[in-house]
Amino acid sequence: MPEPDFAPQRLGRAHDDTKDRMGTVPETPDDAVSVQIISPEGRYEPNAAAEEFLPYLERVDEDLLRRFYRDMVVIRRADAEAGHLQRQGQLALWVPSHGQEAAQVGSGHAARPQDSIFPAYREHAVGMIRGLDLLDIIRMLRGLTHGGWVPEEVGNFHLYTLVIGSQTLHATGYAMGIALDGKSGTGSPEEAEAALVYFGDGATSQGDTNEAMIWAASYQTPQVFFLQNNHWAISVPVSRQSRTPLVDRAAGFGLRSTRVDGNDVLASYAVTAKQLDDARAGRGPGFIEAITYRIGAHTTSDDPTRYREAEELAYWEARDPILRYRHHLEQRDLADGDWFRSVDQEAMDLAADLRRRTLALGTVDVGLIFDNVYAEDHPVVREQKQWLAAYEAGFGEAR
Amino acid sequence: MTATTWTMAKALNQGLAKALEDDDRVLLMGEDIGALGGVFRVTEGLAARFGENRVMDTPLAESGIVGTAIGLAMRGYRSVCEIQFDGFIYPAFDQITSQLAKLTARHEGSARFPIVIRVPYGGHIGAVEHHQESPEAYFAHTPGLRLVSPSTPNDAYWMIQQAIASDDPVMFFEPKSRYWPKGQVDLEAPATPLHTTRVARGGTDATVIGHGAMVSVLLQAAEVAATEGTSLEVLDLRSLSPIDYGPILRSVEKTGRLIVAQEAPGFASLGSEIAATVAERAFYALQAPVLRVSGFDTPFPPAKLESVYLPDADRVLDAVDRALDY
Ligand SMILES: Cc1ncc(C[n+]2csc(CCOP(=O)(O)OP(=O)(O)O)c2C)c(N)n1
Ligand SMILES: [Mg+2]
Repeated sequence: MPEPDFAPQRLGRAHDDTKDRMGTVPETPDDAVSVQIISPEGRYEPNAAAEEFLPYLERVDEDLLRRFYRDMVVIRRADAEAGHLQRQGQLALWVPSHGQEAAQVGSGHAARPQDSIFPAYREHAVGMIRGLDLLDIIRMLRGLTHGGWVPEEVGNFHLYTLVIGSQTLHATGYAMGIALDGKSGTGSPEEAEAALVYFGDGATSQGDTNEAMIWAASYQTPQVFFLQNNHWAISVPVSRQSRTPLVDRAAGFGLRSTRVDGNDVLASYAVTAKQLDDARAGRGPGFIEAITYRIGAHTTSDDPTRYREAEELAYWEARDPILRYRHHLEQRDLADGDWFRSVDQEAMDLAADLRRRTLALGTVDVGLIFDNVYAEDHPVVREQKQWLAAYEAGFGEAR
Repeated sequence: MTATTWTMAKALNQGLAKALEDDDRVLLMGEDIGALGGVFRVTEGLAARFGENRVMDTPLAESGIVGTAIGLAMRGYRSVCEIQFDGFIYPAFDQITSQLAKLTARHEGSARFPIVIRVPYGGHIGAVEHHQESPEAYFAHTPGLRLVSPSTPNDAYWMIQQAIASDDPVMFFEPKSRYWPKGQVDLEAPATPLHTTRVARGGTDATVIGHGAMVSVLLQAAEVAATEGTSLEVLDLRSLSPIDYGPILRSVEKTGRLIVAQEAPGFASLGSEIAATVAERAFYALQAPVLRVSGFDTPFPPAKLESVYLPDADRVLDAVDRALDY
């Protein structure tokens, strides 16, 4: 290692010698095997790792097989529409999920109605599957609310959490509650509950995520950690978060762990279904690393051309989860051209409806500032709310 | 009256036991709170009595304790988290301030987070670094939290139960140096509401106010002042957020002088807040500026210097003299 040079210098790119000092960052080793069921060309070709998960596909009838496709197409279209709305000044921000549809749709459908989902902020497809109106996400990103829905009313899909990793602990605590309530390990998969928590590759470096895995293993909680490794945490590649495959970390915590091709909707479904059923049966917590890719920007505020190569994007665009699954449905004769067209139409209609309803969104009552800061009466908040009302009324009188 | 004489540690223990008994959704979580009964023995015997599903020794990570308590609250549980020492609360800062404090608002009222965070705090125990601090102000600054601190065994017994019964997150600051002195606990009297300030000793010449262990220092100062012909009114703050200004303003109307005492550093502290508010609301009643008696604006020193750092009766009386001479 060269002698450190402490002479004052600018921190701009030209002088950035961190790589020399710290050693260049290697690619994350990719030797861990991912469960794959459909080949990139769409053929049903389960690899050896997929074997133990295949029985879980028996639950998937033809309607559900088509539903997977429909959901992926609809969410991609809605996602694009929301991005446009942001560009047109209707939203403060949008968080694209483009590229991650198979990971989300497969896992989202694998959860049973009684399960509870703890998302980060990109899991729009999972929310939709659980019954969330996408307009609720839009309301949040338009600046009308910090929450936007009642989890119990939308399939136990909890609120988005913007502080990276925080929700992993909430999921773990919730899963401890499931166990304390005697609602896991009941012997009935139709009734027993589990929690499913989503987070990203960047989140794996957070203390909270690591603590959540420690707690989960310690209390043997009925829960599954679902890591969407989309290769980037804003502009930082996953190789900066970990020099070992992230799936290998989970084993160190004592969690059942599986790496899955996150662009294979069937694999994503089967792996999550098994992991959740194991968790609900009282066999302890599980961990899934879904290998996928964030095709879009981190958010509408981001510019990925500043940090990633066009070739990388092209590589992943060629592995598009929707196209791959379309080929699969075609090869199995599960859908024809008319049906695919009808799905496209449905997606367009839903997006148009979302746009219409976004433009119709009203303002928000100032009561929102004060009303639920505390559950019980609080003199300071009460007085400040009264003060604001009087202050604003004062302007009215002056006019 | 069914009165008994307990230490504050015992009173807390009994208050927690009562809460565990009354509501089976109440859980205790923390480091070493099971078999050991907590490093201060506040939870002694509770794990044996209520089982380790209700009194949980957790892994050693404060963010994990509070974060999982939040998830348990979403499931309908009321957790009481023990932070082992004041100086070890910071790893949980994010879960407390960015999650717990904001989640009721984020849910727009559809969920409740009735979590109590017990924090043994403050100096006077001659301990090593990170074991004598007073971090109240960090949390008092955060909307969405309630903060209380008992100074007597009786208050400890009742306030811990009230804190657990509250549907809001409550941070419960326990003055460690007051764990062992005994006091009367009235097991039947209807408890004073949680967020009220108490007149601990009536007086006419100046008001002194503080919380936790500072209250006994203030009472000592009042004894001494009395021998010098000065009558101090001592207020026990009890509630640090919200602050119960009624009794404070009434007292200042009467005495015209206010001294706020605290172990914490004075800069941007509870004392600063009280001084500013009293100046705003009782300007004409004041015959002297509100004075603050605080720890210094330095890290808490090594134990051999704690008696210099911590405000004692003399430092309080010095401020009283300045207020009276103004
Ligand atoms: C504690 C915290 N630090 C920083 C941020 C800012 N931030 C928002 S998203 C993000 C990257 C997260 O990456 P990852 O976990 O991989 O999830 P992804 O966005 O790729 O879905 C960062 C740094 C944050 N929200 N929270
Ligand atoms: Mg990522």
